Amino acid sequence: MKIQLTTILATVVLAGAAVAAPQTFDFKDPKGVNNVVFKTDAVLESINGSANGISGTVTFDPENPAATKGKIVATTASLTVPNPMMNGHLHSDKWLDAAKFPEITFDAKELKNVKTDGNVTAADAVGTFTLKGVSKEFTVPVKLTYLKDKLGARMMGKMQGDLLVLRANLTIKRSDFNINPKAPDDHVSDEIDLTLSIAGASPK
Amino acid sequence: MKKRLRIIALVLVVAAVALWAATGANRGWTKTSVPVKTVDEVTGIEGITYRTQFVPGLDFLSLALLGAVVLTGVSFLFHTKSNSPNNQTKP
Repeated sequence: MKIQLTTILATVVLAGAAVAAPQTFDFKDPKGVNNVVFKTDAVLESINGSANGISGTVTFDPENPAATKGKIVATTASLTVPNPMMNGHLHSDKWLDAAKFPEITFDAKELKNVKTDGNVTAADAVGTFTLKGVSKEFTVPVKLTYLKDKLGARMMGKMQGDLLVLRANLTIKRSDFNINPKAPDDHVSDEIDLTLSIAGASPK
Repeated sequence: MKKRLRIIALVLVVAAVALWAATGANRGWTKTSVPVKTVDEVTGIEGITYRTQFVPGLDFLSLALLGAVVLTGVSFLFHTKSNSPNNQTKP
């Protein structure tokens, strides 16, 4: 009887620990849907593009979203605009220098002003944004949506697990990151708006 | 030759404007691909892929106009055959 009680207690404790444990979400999306949209809205020209070479991991605990940490990476070469000449310029050494700086990263160290409502957490992510070899501290408003047991539905039953949807908006200055600082502002604005919409998977 | 060059210039401009208008009158740069948005039903994320498609822009129109101007300019180098009595061969 004593052994049985101990076993039950141990099982309950282990199950509780398993539920409360932080999960690691992998943001390399096999469906290729994850993307970052970038937009420059200058007086004479508006340029829109996107990047879909997203990877990285985020550690998220549904019981303690404030402890969320992680790093998101976008490959510089995956940034695309619809004009082929502009695309070539974008990857060249004057602009993003994709050959020398192949990754753009955001390394989130902590979350502040965390507000959780159901499975949605809104917070300010404090971290380091690195682009073209220049790193700067940023506080980025983020929205995290925890979708428990939804990985199976997304992967047609091939995998089971949870999903974490991450949405964020960030405005950076081209001049801060040495992205062709001599380019006229009336054609390419100094401010670049970035919109991140990505989903990570935590298979079970 | 003079007349022929001017007709080609006119056709070039009309064709360029017609193509530009038919493909959506894009007032930006010429595109060789267009973004296609698809919504992931589970996550609600709007994915973006690019489909190869030629969409002429204002640079395309400018180039066609420049071509037409050059052709018209070149046409002035050719002299029109005059039908004046001085040029007519006498029997």
